[in-house]
Amino acid sequence: MACEIIQTVFIISVITGFLALLLVIAEALFVNYGECRIKINGKKELVVQGGGSLLSTLNDNKIFLASACGGRGSCGFCKCTISSGAGPLLPTEKPFLSEKEISDGVRLSCQVKVKQDLSIKIPEEIFNIRKFRAEVAKITDLTYDIKELTLKLVEPGTISFKAGQYVQLESPAYEKSRQSVQRAYSISSNPYQDDMIQLIIRRVPEGICTTYVFDYLKEGDKINFTGPFGDFFIRETEADMLFIAGGSGKAPIKSMIEFLDKIGSRRRMVYLFGARSTKDLYYTELFREYEKKLTNFSYVPVLSQPSEECEWKGRCGYIPPFIPEFLRDPVNTEAYLCGSPGMIDAVKKALLELGVPDNKIYFDSFA
Amino acid sequence: MEISPFIIFLAAIFTSNIVLTNFLGMCSFLSVSREIESSLGLGLAVFFVLTFTTAINFVVYHYLLIPLNLIYLQYIIFIIIIAAFVQLTELVIERFSPVLYYSLGIFLPLITVNCAILGVSLFMIIRNYSFIQSVLYGAGSGLGWLLAILALAGIRSRVKYKYVPAGLQGAGLSLIITGIMALAFIGFSGIVVIQ
Repeated sequence: MACEIIQTVFIISVITGFLALLLVIAEALFVNYGECRIKINGKKELVVQGGGSLLSTLNDNKIFLASACGGRGSCGFCKCTISSGAGPLLPTEKPFLSEKEISDGVRLSCQVKVKQDLSIKIPEEIFNIRKFRAEVAKITDLTYDIKELTLKLVEPGTISFKAGQYVQLESPAYEKSRQSVQRAYSISSNPYQDDMIQLIIRRVPEGICTTYVFDYLKEGDKINFTGPFGDFFIRETEADMLFIAGGSGKAPIKSMIEFLDKIGSRRRMVYLFGARSTKDLYYTELFREYEKKLTNFSYVPVLSQPSEECEWKGRCGYIPPFIPEFLRDPVNTEAYLCGSPGMIDAVKKALLELGVPDNKIYFDSFA
Repeated sequence: MEISPFIIFLAAIFTSNIVLTNFLGMCSFLSVSREIESSLGLGLAVFFVLTFTTAINFVVYHYLLIPLNLIYLQYIIFIIIIAAFVQLTELVIERFSPVLYYSLGIFLPLITVNCAILGVSLFMIIRNYSFIQSVLYGAGSGLGWLLAILALAGIRSRVKYKYVPAGLQGAGLSLIITGIMALAFIGFSGIVVIQ
């Protein structure tokens, strides 16, 4: 009996061992791609170990493409143009790419494996993207559910970004979450203050990152973020500007207005801010001051549910009906929208109907 | 057992369809039959794996387990071989056809636990098939599985737009459809039956 058991164990071990060996050999044969060269923008060249995804390989080499989902192919942020060596387009990428992007060779870098020498094109701004370590200098309550976070940069000491871009804040593993997560927040301070950034964060019930910021993070703590990301920034033209934001969507717009004030812009600007009631309004004094400082700027809060006790003298309802009032020359107007996907869709529809060209509507959606 | 291998092949597709008469391989049959495209991919992968593992298992059983008097190990050895073969297939497909690899996604490794594959290997032993008979039985069962999942996917893609009572939605209705399909396939059994 004992002999039989030993024999059985032995035979199974031999067979399993043989099959495992076979798999190891197969893996060495099929999955080993050796050293590959990645040529970036025809200038920089990286020598990397093949086999990994392009996104993680670039990350390992301190080039950070935006990615909110961490390489699972569900956010579609990590697009980059690959001119050679990418292999065929995968079904996992198709839903994120337009026809034009497909013909231009745009791919999702998290789905492309580095199997041979690659030649890729990425925007120069990407090289500005770094991982930052910062100290929480100040936490201010803006409303009952919105906080302003002031982060003093520690390592590296300065940041270069465009007004309107965002960073990915990393909440470490803590009581409520065993994993560290990254969430995107727009920078609300202006690019001239390059040794710090400010973020405006609205509490999300049960949100991993916002709960951390609201309940655990204290002044003096250290926190990490990567950035800057995003193509939501001011286009340098002379067109009229219409800013429309809701809730915590004020952050990138504040950064833009401060920037426009610093460069002394004389463009015509209107800022429509949508909130529920007076207790959701913040930074009102600040923007009233900019109305005086800037030659051609007006700030218009619109409340959707003004409470009865306080007599709100301003505009009531949703934003779209108020847009025509502030639109001088639709064809010659740039719209910058920031807020929830629902709000952006509604406002975008209204703007298109009023004759604002599709390619002049820029938005940053909190999807 | 001197049935012509070709008869076995045909019977495995129609009259003794592995999923519709033996009800093996039901889990992926029900869960991947929502779209024709993915069910075709999975069906082809099952066909491929089924044909080759049957052949390998035949060789291992007759030239390793019987001489060493280890027949009682057949289940565990068959499962290990199927798992290893699926892994190997995965590596090869990933290298040479990333498009197919990504469209199969999680279903490729899941073939390991498709009981139709182990079932075919065990039937081949119970029924004392020769090598040729076994391979054709495996290939036929694979095609039969492919045919059945394609048929179900086709029906389900139409049912999608119809009103279905709440209690029957999802797996309930799929099982009823499968049952009716099984009846239809049994209608062929006057031609040939293999047990």
